[in-house]
Amino acid sequence: MNASGLPALAASVLLAPLFLGVINRTKAAFAGRVGQPLFQVYFDLAKLIRKGAVYSRTTTWVFLLSPLVSLAATLVALLLLPQGGFPAALAFPGDFLLLIFVLATARFLSVIAALDVGSSFEGMGASREAAFSALAEPVLLLCLAVAAREAGRDSLTGIIGSVTGADWQRAGPALVLVAASLFAVLLAENARIPVDDPNTHLELTMIHEVMILDHGGPDLALLLYGSALKLWVMAALLAGFLLPGRTGSLVLDGLVFLAGMFTLAVAIGVVESTIARLRLHRVPQFLVGAGAFAVMALALIMR
Amino acid sequence: MRVLLDTAMVLLVFTNLRLLGLSRINASIRTVAAQGVLLGLVALASHAGAWNARILLIAAVGIAIKGVAFPLLLFRALRAAKIRREVEPFLGYIPSVLAGVAAFLLSLGIAARLPLPGRPPSDLIVPTALTTMLVGLLVIVSRKKALSQALGYLVFENGIYVFGVGVAYEAPALVEMGVLLDVFVAVFVMGIIVFHIAREFDSIDTTRLATLKE
Repeated sequence: MNASGLPALAASVLLAPLFLGVINRTKAAFAGRVGQPLFQVYFDLAKLIRKGAVYSRTTTWVFLLSPLVSLAATLVALLLLPQGGFPAALAFPGDFLLLIFVLATARFLSVIAALDVGSSFEGMGASREAAFSALAEPVLLLCLAVAAREAGRDSLTGIIGSVTGADWQRAGPALVLVAASLFAVLLAENARIPVDDPNTHLELTMIHEVMILDHGGPDLALLLYGSALKLWVMAALLAGFLLPGRTGSLVLDGLVFLAGMFTLAVAIGVVESTIARLRLHRVPQFLVGAGAFAVMALALIMR
Repeated sequence: MRVLLDTAMVLLVFTNLRLLGLSRINASIRTVAAQGVLLGLVALASHAGAWNARILLIAAVGIAIKGVAFPLLLFRALRAAKIRREVEPFLGYIPSVLAGVAAFLLSLGIAARLPLPGRPPSDLIVPTALTTMLVGLLVIVSRKKALSQALGYLVFENGIYVFGVGVAYEAPALVEMGVLLDVFVAVFVMGIIVFHIAREFDSIDTTRLATLKE
């Protein structure tokens, strides 16, 4: 356990909902609206926490467990992630495998909770989520493998932030491929356009949203916060990987990292505003394309 | 310059993969046009610092023909054929993309073992050239529409062009121009043939030509 990573941890726990707010404001600006307040997600969370929850008689303890485990797993993922100049709270060889594993655990729980409800719509969403994440996960693994190979290290603390300007000179194309691939996985894993639409409430097309239809009150708050945190984790992976070099000053590194994160939020907003959502049967193609990028990057780096 | 050239090579491979994953033919034509423009830039980048009239002419004519003239000809043929997309290719889109990645890996392997006269300006030129040729051949054999097959032929020729840039970059301008002219005529003729097939049979699906047994 490395205590010097705690400030970054606290910052991400606090700022994760703001990240969603920035995305929403960017989308609103593109649509010509003023949009919701930047801190709307915080207000939503506060409102949901105060509410009571209603549980269907069909549900069992699995349904109650899912929001808790999803949030807990995402917090564990956050522990493993170095951010800015701050080291990860937990670091050991091969910890990027654990990161992928805890994210998969969170997803597994939300899938079985969706099935537990007994609603046919939720079952549909669960099967889609399972199918698409089965394609996204190997791509994420490949990307991290490329990053590990490029850095020559086996722990996220060594992998993230080790890319220097010289590396961009030497292996620029491969790094761009990995970054594009990671970005695609980020969009797919966090239910963003073009894979899923976080705002849709049309039962036949939702993926993530349909799985949490029956959660309410504090449970929904946990799920909402968990998904904001997951988006933060994936974005921090990408931002940490892309930003070259370290200045040595923790404050400066932290600020550069935060600037990178919120630039990424704007980029996600721009992508969501300018790209149409893919039809469901095109999503595997999108993910296979991302996988193709990752394989090419691996081949270029192993060469 | 090497980074620039490497980036161009990765972009070329990307256009190849994109072509393999596309079903709409107008998007495919645009992709091949982008590839043509990229090739002109590759010719310029690989001779950076030593530009002369020959290089500039080859790049300019290449971009004009591959980036402007071919798309115009092919779009005209597309309008005449009244089709929008490739329907049910022999190899589906996802397997095609995977095959494209496999072709890239294979090309990297071959290029590492290929004895070459001199050192190409970028290590990626030969793998990219081989990948582009393989993808061109794949498109020719796996797609059913005559227009898609013409695009495959163009991509194959682009691959040979990249190979020329990397390996035989002292080839005389006359040869380069001759090749460009040949390709131009070929695409011109293909456009006319597609038009005639479409008018005669109301379809440019080449599998239907097998039924012409008389």
